[in-house]
Parts: sequence; structure tokens; C-alpha cells
Amino acid sequence: MSITALSFDDAIGRYEPVIGLETHVELGTQTKMFCGCPTVFGADPNTQICPVCLGLPGSLPVANKAAIEATIRIGLALNCSIAQWCRFARKNYFYPDMPKNYQISQYDEPLCVDGYLDVTVNGEIVRVEIERVHLEEDTGKTLHVGGATGRIHGATESLVDYNRAGIPLVEIVTKPVVGTGRMAPEVAKAYVAELRDVIRTLGVSDVRMEQGSMRCDVNTSLNLPGEEWGTRTETKNVNSLRSVERAVRTEIVRQSNVLSGGGHITQETRHFHEDTGETTSGRSKETATDYRYFPEPDLVPLAPDAAWVQELKAALPELPRVHRARLQKDWGLSDLDMQSILNAGAVELIEQTIAAGTNAETARKWWLGELSRKANETGVDLAAVGATPKQVAELQSLVDSGKLTDKLARQVLEGVLNGEGDPAAIMAARGIEVVSDTGALTAAIDEAIAANPEVAEKIRGGNQAAAGVLIGAVMKTTKGQADAKTVRELVLQRLS
Amino acid sequence: MIKETAAALGAKIAAREVSAVEVAQAHLDRISEVDGRVHAFLHVDAEGALKAAREVDAKLDKGEKLGPLAGVPIAVKDVIATKGVPTTAGSKILEGWKPPYDATIMSRMREAGLVMVGKTNMDEFAMGSSTEYSAYGPSFNPWDLTRIPGGSGGGSAAALAAYEAPLAIGTDTGGSIRQPGAVTGTVGAKPTYGGTSRYGLIAFSSSLDTPGPCARTVKDTALLHTVIAGHDPMDSTSIPQPVPDVVAAARLGATGDLTGVKIGLVREFSGEGAEPGVMAAFRDTVEALTKLGAEVVEISAPHFLYALPAYYLIAPSECSSNLARFDGVRFGLRVGDDGKRSLEDVMSMTREAGFGNEVKRRIIVGTYALSSGYYDAYYGQAQKVRTLIARDFAAAFEQVDVLVSPTTPFTAFLLGSRTSDPYQMYLADLYTIPTNLYGGPAISVPCGLSEGLPVGFQVMAPTMADDRMYRVAAAVESVAGTLTPPAL
Repeated sequence: MSITALSFDDAIGRYEPVIGLETHVELGTQTKMFCGCPTVFGADPNTQICPVCLGLPGSLPVANKAAIEATIRIGLALNCSIAQWCRFARKNYFYPDMPKNYQISQYDEPLCVDGYLDVTVNGEIVRVEIERVHLEEDTGKTLHVGGATGRIHGATESLVDYNRAGIPLVEIVTKPVVGTGRMAPEVAKAYVAELRDVIRTLGVSDVRMEQGSMRCDVNTSLNLPGEEWGTRTETKNVNSLRSVERAVRTEIVRQSNVLSGGGHITQETRHFHEDTGETTSGRSKETATDYRYFPEPDLVPLAPDAAWVQELKAALPELPRVHRARLQKDWGLSDLDMQSILNAGAVELIEQTIAAGTNAETARKWWLGELSRKANETGVDLAAVGATPKQVAELQSLVDSGKLTDKLARQVLEGVLNGEGDPAAIMAARGIEVVSDTGALTAAIDEAIAANPEVAEKIRGGNQAAAGVLIGAVMKTTKGQADAKTVRELVLQRLS
Repeated sequence: MIKETAAALGAKIAAREVSAVEVAQAHLDRISEVDGRVHAFLHVDAEGALKAAREVDAKLDKGEKLGPLAGVPIAVKDVIATKGVPTTAGSKILEGWKPPYDATIMSRMREAGLVMVGKTNMDEFAMGSSTEYSAYGPSFNPWDLTRIPGGSGGGSAAALAAYEAPLAIGTDTGGSIRQPGAVTGTVGAKPTYGGTSRYGLIAFSSSLDTPGPCARTVKDTALLHTVIAGHDPMDSTSIPQPVPDVVAAARLGATGDLTGVKIGLVREFSGEGAEPGVMAAFRDTVEALTKLGAEVVEISAPHFLYALPAYYLIAPSECSSNLARFDGVRFGLRVGDDGKRSLEDVMSMTREAGFGNEVKRRIIVGTYALSSGYYDAYYGQAQKVRTLIARDFAAAFEQVDVLVSPTTPFTAFLLGSRTSDPYQMYLADLYTIPTNLYGGPAISVPCGLSEGLPVGFQVMAPTMADDRMYRVAAAVESVAGTLTPPAL
């Protein structure tokens, strides 16, 4: 990059970003989209397969009703219209992890269209419009062995696991999101977070980005104010909420530098790198692949019964937005406090911590304080920081019962984050406990007095401030496990 | 014994006059004797056949009551997946592939006690009208071994005409059951699309492919139809309705009474480009049907003339996608995998080596027709024509009960006489294709000879009115009789 590189602020000062998000969600149905194979994650390679999901000659797909129902529910939760009649389509392209060398998807007749999802960013409600929600089948997974890049080119062997092939996948595509300016990265993140929460509330997927059950592609383009939209790039491999925000930010900065340097943006797929936060060029889309879509002749059209759709709509659960408003009231929080919880992605974590027996205030303190700090330091989402709501609640109850001081609690939390186990177990393993046995303390105090006769004299003479030295010595002997207040009382008592 | 009908053999086996093993052995012997000249089979499963026959006999020993076709031998087109038995679809790309599962119709035939003697030859992936596009060499017409037995299911039809089996399974995408039936003097029915399951039928053109029964008599065809037809939850396009009683309909037709039946002659298929002998045999038969009480009227179906071009866009388009899975990755042939070449190269080399020219021609045409920018002009337009043809049928069936025509414009042609010009080959299916585009049932039944070669009479009926077509076909058989080929 040149020395006159534009910063994010420079970029936003000069260009208007347009973003768009395509999110893939693996549905948590018992069986695959077009056959009866199970969908359990992490099974041995090629153990959850049959003639259908392997695309063997002669096999035929039959659509999974549970998956169609889940997709319609997602559509309804996103305020979409549900098609009265639509078809699956074949997307034709060759790739070894595509058993049939076409993917059964939907093309110009998606199941759900024209919805929206409201998200709140910095107290402002932004409406993200949804273009479509459609249903398709996932592909298998290819592992390219040998070669320098781990990609198909140059590999000496390619191993394919078809367990994932045919798992129902819902694709949710936004309309271009315009006019968000410097908020664009946060809007992108807030949208994906809100979408994740909606889908989790519906109970149709575990929406775990780190396991790939929710995957996000981020489209970004820049244009000068008043001019037409610029060429967009599609950033793939964006596997966490934090990365969604970073990917948009990175692309805005990168594109602004290309444009301001007189270059032009190539329409292409870019790969996001979690470690560096950079994106690199992938497959160019300027020679667009022709997928030769056509209606899937092996499947009859879908015609969801209007009464059934109405039933599904009536049975939707309380959606996160409404739910959160209720929580805010229950917890007695200001808009600002609630917003900071939202921004940190801590709503559910706090909710679960409270459910595990902690009050709202302390639950909020842990997640927004120590744990948020830790998550920021290590660059992970709060939910992935390494502590569970149950562990946090346990920690707090140990403090409440006097078994831990605040300071010791932080040491135990370190242990939790290190994966050493639950708080009580860590206390036992590390030998952490509040030293409250006065016998042991008295011995430590006597030792400290004997070692510091002049200081003891000063205190006897009424200089209470000098007690700090003795307290320090006692804390050192007890490895910090004594309650400083108690030690002070005992020292003064002894020397009075 | 080999010249008996399936119904008669089934009755004799059930009556213990003959064992299923004896029947199977007699047909296996016949295959050994003549198939070197006919080449109806790509794979003869003597061991499997005798095992299945023994099971039938064992059940009869125990006094079990079995269906009317239990113990009857059957030849199955090699496009139907048969568990553990080689299934090639007539292509090198599937040489040696043994499916790990049975097609639904195969399971039903096994349950009914049918004894599969082997897999029959066909044009590669069912693309052709002569079996000359089989990767394993053509089959020969038992009426004249220098002539084609029709296609794509020429092997199944030849097996029937050569008395190698009394029953056979075919698949019909544009005429692949009916045209071979016509040129070999046998009967072949294409059921209503969705009336027989496609699960386990290696797809050529998914929206057209229909498995169906073949035999030497209409009644045998109806009996086999009953075994294989009916709703299958494994095929989304399978129709969840009861199977029409085609056996009863065939019996009714065989009485020779067609009083009250209205038959429509398709004006557009009145003989232009057809062999005079074919038209003569056809007209004589129509004349005979009027004597049975049928009312015959002429019907215009103006869009039938566009059926052939529409078909040759739709079928190749679907096939270009259906055949994409043959890439050497998971099954079948793999070429060029020397550890150095890229996966893409291996896929490409496999397809180059594994597919024959006609298959490649259709993949290329279909890929083009589906391409962005051409889709509307080709595939989209062809689908519109398809709708118009379906409307022609619907309008016709408001006036008549069935439509009739010759099955194919010409009798069995000489081997090699049409392979150099694809269009001349495609014309063989001129009269059969409209039905596939519409989805209704149609049957070919022998109606005499033209210059010593069999002529087929086609009866077309509305969707799910397969019984109506069997009734008229049986009536045709009652006036035209069955045909006996010269001894091999």
C-alpha cells in the first residue's frame, strides 16, 4: 500500500459503501434435504450417505417437508411473502464435492421473498431488506492433500467426504444496504447477529458459525456520492460476527485505496483471513460461471397450502427484538446499558447467567467487564471467550458466599478461560481459597511482626498507616489468599 | 415352452405342471443357443435367475399363493439399477458398475416372483432408435438379422421376438419402448408418466423417462404393467393414485367389442413420409376396428409437428445435466488418474473416453440450449411448445377416447443405413414423441406386415387412462393377431 494510504475514516469521508449479505444456514433437521440420511455433525467420513446423496445413477431426490417448513418459518420471521407455487432448480457446475455435479437449489422462484429485518446500531434502527430466502442442498467437503496451497490446483490427492452432501441449507440474501456510511461494518455485524438470534429462536438450526452451520458471504462496493454503485466484491470465509464487521471494514479501506489510486475494482470472490483481517483475491467472477439453471425435473413444484402457512405464522415464537425489550424492562436497564449489552453480543449470555442463579447487575458486570475485555484481547466473539454462563454464575456464588474475594475470583476466571474446568475445581486444583482461619493468620502476623520490629513499634506508637507494610508481608506469606481487611484488623488488634 | 405366453407359463408354474427352475433353464438354454446372433443381452445372470426360480419353487412347495407371473423369466433393460448385477446403460463409462441398490420396479418384480435372466442391450443412455449407439455393439432384429431391432430398447424387444424371454422391461423417453416393439412385432407400453416409478432408472431426460412393460401379447404386457406400476414415495413425480385395472381392460378389449369407443386419427400423422406398407397395414386395422363397433373420427393436433424439435431441445438439455455425474470420481470408469494429473483433467479424460458420439452430441446441444442468453430461445421455447402439445391432447380427448397412429413411419431399417445422419434416425420417433411431451400412456401393438416386416399400431390415451389404451390394443390384437418371426 502506498504511503498516502487512506484510513477507514478517509474512505468513509470520500466514498459511500453499499453492502449486501448472503447467509447460508444449515438446518437442524433429522434427515437430509432429499434423502433419509442422518445429519449428525462430526461422524466418520462417508458414513452418512446413500444412493441419493451420493448421486448414484438412477437415484432420485424427494424433498424433506421439515426443511420446507423450517424455511417458511424463517421467511415468516423475516417478514417475507411466501410463494404460493415455486420450484427447485438445478445449478450446474462440476466439482468433486458435488455428487451430481449439479446442486439442487432455487433460482428465479424462491420460497420466500421481499422481507426485512430491523437491527439496532448505536441506538439507531436500521431496516435491512431481505431479497429472498431459499432452500438448497449442501455439498460435500473436499480435502486436497499435497501441493503447497491446500487448494485443488497442485494437490496430489483429493479426498471427499459426502456426509455433508445433501444437508438442507437455507440461503438468506439481503437487498443492497445503502446509506449506512461509517456504520456499514457494524450494520453488517448487527444484521448477522440478529439473523442468528432469530433463527436460533425458531429452533431450526444451531447457527454455529465456528462449525460452519452458519456461513456468511459479504458483498461490498464503494461509490462517490451521487454516482452509480461501484463494482462489488464478494468476501467469503467470514466465520464469526467479529469477522463480518472486520471484513466490511477491510474491504472498504482496500477498495477506497484502489479507487483513489485510479485503479478499478475487479468483480471477484475474495477470501477473508481471520488471522490478519485481510482479504485476498479468489476466483475472478468477471468471466461469470454459467450455471445453466433450469427447473429441477425430478421434483414436483412446491405449493405450500395457505392455511398451513397461516398456522406456521401464528405459531412463531417471540422474536429476539420483542424478547429483548421485555428483558430490558425486567432487568431495569437504560437504553444505553441495553445497547452496550447488545453490542457485546451478551444478551443471551447474561440471560443464561441469570437463569443459573445470578442477579442481573452482577451478570452484566462479568460479561461486559472482565470477559468482554478478554474477548477483545483474544479477538473472539464473547460467546466463544471460553466461559459459560453456568461457570460465571458459579463464580459469583462463590464470591457471594465469601469463599472467594473479587481478586481471587479473577484468578479463578483465568483458570476457567484457560480451560482448566469449573470454578470450584480450579480452586481445588490451584489451591486458591480465602484464608479465614485466624490461627494460620495469627502465625503469619506474628512472623511479620518479628521480622519488622521497628514497624511494629511505630504502630504501637499509634501510626496505623504503617500497618500496610505488615499487611503486605502477611499477604505475601499467604500467597494473597487472605482477606486484606481481616489481616488489617488482626494486626491492629495485636499491636494495640 | 419358450413360445408360451407369460400368462400361460405363470399358470403352469402355479399349477406345478412345470417348475420355475425348468422354465428359467429353458430360457437360459435358448439364450445360449441364439444370443450369439441376436445380441439382445449385455449380461446374462444365469446364477441369479436359477436362484430366484428355486425360491419360487420353494415357496410353491410350502403352499404359498404367488402372483400370476411368479417364476416367469424377464429380461431387463440395462438402464435399470439391479443390485449386485452389472448395470451399464449401454455405456463404457459404467462398465463393470454394480449398483448397491435395486430400482423400485426391480424390487416389485422380485417380490412378484419374476425371474430376471439378464440385462438387455440398448443405445447408450437410451439415446437412439436402433441400438447401434450401444457401446457394446448393436442388437439384431430376429425377423432379419441384417436389420435393427429398434431403440433404444432394442435388446428387450429382440429378446422377446427371439423367444429368449416372454417378458421384458423397457424405458420410453421418446419412443424407446414402442418403436422397438413395432419393428420386432412385439407389444410395448409406455405407461402414464408418473404411473411407474423412475427410482433406479438411470436418467436420460427426467421429465420424459418412463419405465414400462414389454411382451409378446397385450395381456402379458398388462400383467407386467400391474406388477411394476403404482405410487412410489422414492419418486417425487410418481402419481399417488391407484393403478387403473389394465388387465381387466385387456380382457375386455380381447372380446372384440369396441361399441361406444371413439377413436381419433391424427390428421398430422396421416402418412406423409411414411412407408406405404406401414400406412396400408395401419388403415386396414383402423377399418377392422370400425367393424368391432368403434367410431373413428379425424382429429387435428397441429402442434404435433413441432414435437420432434421441442423434444430434441428438452431431452438433451436435461441429459446434459443428468449425465454430469459420470465423472470418474465415485463410480464407473476412471481414466488418466496417474497421480500427476489434476482432478479436473481426470474428470475430463474420463468423460472423453467414456461417452460415445451420440451422447456427446446431445450433451453439447443441451449445454448450449441451457446457456445463459440462449435459454429462452431454446429450452424456454421448447417448454412452451410442450404446453401447446399437451393442450392438443387435452382438446383431442374431449372428442375421442383414444388417438391412434402408426407407431413409427417405417419398418426395421438396415443396420448402418441411418447412423450417418442423426435426423434420419430421429424420424423413427416422429409419432411416439408427442405422447412423452404430454405425459399420457401409449402402446404399440403389432398390426400386420409390410414387405415381410412387422408394423406397429400405436394407441394413445389420456393420463391415468392406461386401461383405455389396453382395451383398444387388445382389440387390435384380436383382429391383427400376434406375429411369429421366422425361425432363427
